[in-house]
Amino acid sequence: MQSTKLVETRGLTKRYPGVLALNGVDFDLEKGEVHVLFGENGAGKSTLISMLAGANSPSEGSLTLNGETMTFASVADAQRAGIYTVFQEFSLIPTLTVAENIFLGWEPMKGPFVDHRAMRRRAREMFEELDFPIDPTAITASLSRAQQQMVEITKAFHGDLSVLILDEPTASLTDREVDHLFGFIASLKARGVGIIYISHRIQEFQRIADRVTVLRDGAKIGTVAMAETDEHALVEMMTGRAITEIYPQIAHTPGEVLVTAEGLSTPGVTDASLEIRAGEVLGIAGLVGSGKSRLFRAMMGLAPRLGGRVTLKGADITGAPTRAILRAGMYYLSPDRKAEGLDLAKTSNDNLALNLVMGGKGVSKAGFINWKTIRAESDRIADYVELNDGYRPKLVSQLSGGNQQKVLFGKCFGQEADIYVFDEPTVGVDMGTRSALYRLIQQLAEAGKAVVVISSDLPEVLNLSHRMLVLAHGRISAELSGDEMVEDLVLKHFFDESGAKA
Amino acid sequence: MSEQSNKTGAGGLIRRVFVKVGVLPFFLLAALVIFTALSSKFLTGQNLVNVARQSVYLVLVSMGQMLVLISGGFDLSVGTAIALTSVVSASAMVFFAGIFPDAIWLAILLGAFAGFAAALLVGMVNGLGVAYFDVSPFIMTLGVSSVGAGLALFLTGGVPVSGLPFEFADTFGFGRLWGIPVPVLIALICIVVMWIFMSRTRLGTQIYAVGGNIKAAHLSAINTKRTLMLAYMVCALIASLTGLLLTARVESGEANMGGSIALESIAACVIAGVSLRGGIGRVENVVLGAFFIVLVQNGMNLAQVSSYMQMVLLGVLLILAVIFDQLRYRIIMSGR
Repeated sequence: MQSTKLVETRGLTKRYPGVLALNGVDFDLEKGEVHVLFGENGAGKSTLISMLAGANSPSEGSLTLNGETMTFASVADAQRAGIYTVFQEFSLIPTLTVAENIFLGWEPMKGPFVDHRAMRRRAREMFEELDFPIDPTAITASLSRAQQQMVEITKAFHGDLSVLILDEPTASLTDREVDHLFGFIASLKARGVGIIYISHRIQEFQRIADRVTVLRDGAKIGTVAMAETDEHALVEMMTGRAITEIYPQIAHTPGEVLVTAEGLSTPGVTDASLEIRAGEVLGIAGLVGSGKSRLFRAMMGLAPRLGGRVTLKGADITGAPTRAILRAGMYYLSPDRKAEGLDLAKTSNDNLALNLVMGGKGVSKAGFINWKTIRAESDRIADYVELNDGYRPKLVSQLSGGNQQKVLFGKCFGQEADIYVFDEPTVGVDMGTRSALYRLIQQLAEAGKAVVVISSDLPEVLNLSHRMLVLAHGRISAELSGDEMVEDLVLKHFFDESGAKA
Repeated sequence: MSEQSNKTGAGGLIRRVFVKVGVLPFFLLAALVIFTALSSKFLTGQNLVNVARQSVYLVLVSMGQMLVLISGGFDLSVGTAIALTSVVSASAMVFFAGIFPDAIWLAILLGAFAGFAAALLVGMVNGLGVAYFDVSPFIMTLGVSSVGAGLALFLTGGVPVSGLPFEFADTFGFGRLWGIPVPVLIALICIVVMWIFMSRTRLGTQIYAVGGNIKAAHLSAINTKRTLMLAYMVCALIASLTGLLLTARVESGEANMGGSIALESIAACVIAGVSLRGGIGRVENVVLGAFFIVLVQNGMNLAQVSSYMQMVLLGVLLILAVIFDQLRYRIIMSGR
C-alpha cells in the first residue's frame, strides 16, 4: 500500500475486560475529505475516534498519519501531530472569557505575564476569519450552546490542523447554525484538512459527506461513497433492517379532550392554546429555541406560568405544583436524561423502582415497601421496554445512551398516567432502540392514552403524529393534520415571522 | 489509572471489596493490627465493650449526619444541636423540678421535650434555608451552628447548668436494663428504626432519590423540599437525643458539648462509604464507621498519643477517606 493517505488504520482493535469494543477496523482519510462515521450507539464510533484523538490506545492494530506510524500518549500529543477533536462534552471553562478559553494552555506571553490584549486581538481575528459572530471578551457561560460549539471549533486552529474530528457537532444547533458550520467545513476541505464527522442525522451529513463508513457491533460493515448511496441503504447497513420497519403505523382513535391550554404564556412562549386528546399522538415541531419544550414545561409547572389557563381532565392546574400534575396523570419525560432524568450512580432496577414506589405499587398504607413486589414490577417494566437482563443490575452510568433512554421510558410506567409528554424521546439514541421506543409510543396511543411527542427530529414528528403543532418564535404558528403534514409545509411554518417580535 | 488489574487473585478481591463497601474494612483491619501491636490492653474483651459504650454517641449523631449526606448536603450544626439541647433541657428540668417537686419524671419529660424542641428548631431553620432559599448546606449549617452556639452560651452565661434531677442521670447516664447500659439500648433501637426507615419505607427511598438526582426526583412526583426538610429535622432530632444522653452522663447542661462531633460524624460517614455527592450510603456501614472512629481514639489513648496529635490524625483520616471515596466513585462510574 502506498501511504498517501492522511490517516490510515489497519486492524485497529480495542478490548475492554469482557468486551470487544472495536474489532479489526481498517479506516482511512484523504486530504480534503469529509468522512462520516455512521452507526448505532455502541457500534464503536466513539472508541475509534478516541484512539485517533489520543484519548485511548489500541489493544491491537496500527495507526499511521501521512504514512508514519503513530502512537499517541494523550490528547495533547495527538493535537501536536495536527489531529484535533471536538468532543460532544465541551472542554470549555464556563467562568473564563471566550478568548481565555481559546488560548488556554497556549497563552501569548509578554515577558512573564499573559498578554491579554494580544489574546483578545488574535481571538477576534480568528473569529473574523471563520466568520463566527462571537465577542472574545464575553464570559463563556453566557454563550448559547451553538456559540460554545463554535468556540470549541475555533480552539482547533492552533498550529497545523490537518485532521479535525467532530463528534455529533449538530446535536444542539439550529438549522441556520448547521448551515454555517457546513460552510465552514467546506472551507476547511478546500484547505486540505481531513474531517472525520460522526453523526446520526443522514439528511444533514449527506450534504457534506464524501464517504461514509458504517460500523456495527464494533466491526466495519463497509465504506461507501455518499454519491452512490442513500438514506435507506445506509440505515439498512447500520441496523440490518429497512427504514419502513422503524416507524410503526399508529391507529388513530381520538377520544375526549384530556388537557387544554388557553393563552398560556411563559418566558419565551406567548399566548399558546392547544388541546391534547386521548388515543392520539400530538406532535410538536419547531426549531431549537422556538419554545416547543418550554411550552410543555410551563404546563407541567417546571417553568413559570405568566398567564393563561391550563386544565387537566376539567380541573384547573394552572398554578399546581409539578408533583400534583404528575399524580393527576400527566407524565413528562425529560429531554435530558443525565441532568434531570436518571440517577446515574444507581442501577437500572433502582431507577425504575423509584417511580414504582412513588406510584404506590408495593407500598403499604403506612409507607413500608415490599421490595419483592417492586423487583417483580421493575422486571416486568424492563421486559416491556426491552432492556436486556444483563443491564438491569448495572449502574445507569455504565449503559449506552440508548439503554439509558429505555430506562427513562421505563420510569413512565411506574406511575399510572393518562397523558404522556415525551420531550425529545430519542435524542442521541440509535435506530434499533428508536424503533423499540416508537413501538412503546404506539402501544400507549392505541391503548387510549394521550401522547405528545416534542422533537427536533422532523421525520420523527411527521411519522408518529396524527396531528401536529408547529412553533416559531414562541408562538404556535400552525396546526396541521392528515395530508398537511409534509416536510415542506412544516418547514415554512418553522420560519413563520408573522407572530415574531423583534 | 491506566494499568489494568486482572480480576483474579488477591488484587482482584481487594478491588472488589473496595468497590462494594469502600475503605472501611481496610481501615478497620489496619487499626486493629496497629493498636494491638502498640498496646496489650487494646484487643481485650473489656476494652472492646468499653469502646462499644463510648461509641453510642457518635453512632447516633453519625446516623443523622448520614441522612443529610445522602440527601446531598451536610450538617455542620449537629454539635450546636447537642449543646443547645443540653442547655435547654437541663434548664427546663431544673425549672420544672422546682414547680413539680413531687412529679420528678414529669419534670424530666418536660425538660427532654424542651430540648427536642430547641434542636428541632435548629433542624427546621437548616432545612428551610437549604430547601426553600437554596442556601448551600455548608454556609447554612455553618451559620446556624454559630447562632446556636451563641444562644447556648447566652442562655447560660457560659456557666454549666447543674442541679439536675438525680433520677435523670441515674437512668439515662448510668442505668442498665437487662444488664445493658441504657444509652446502648437506646442506640440499638435507633439503629434498627433507622435501618428500617432507610431500606423499607417510601420516605427513605425519597431521601436517596433526592440526593441522587434532585431534578429526576422532582419529575418523579417527589416533594423534594419537604424531603430535604425532613432530613435536616431528623438529623437534628437524633443529635438532640444524643445531647440528652450526654447531659445525663455528665449530670449538667453544658454549652460547649459536642464541639468536634460534626467533623467526627462526617468522617465516620465518609469512611463508611456514604457519598459526599449524595444518594449513596448504608446504615449498617455508618454504625461501623462511627465505631471505627471511637476505636481509633481509644487505641490512640492506650498508645498514649497526645490529644493534640489525635486531632491531627482525625483530620488526616477524614481527608484520606474522601480521597478513597473519589477513587471509588471513579471506578464505579467507569464500570471497570
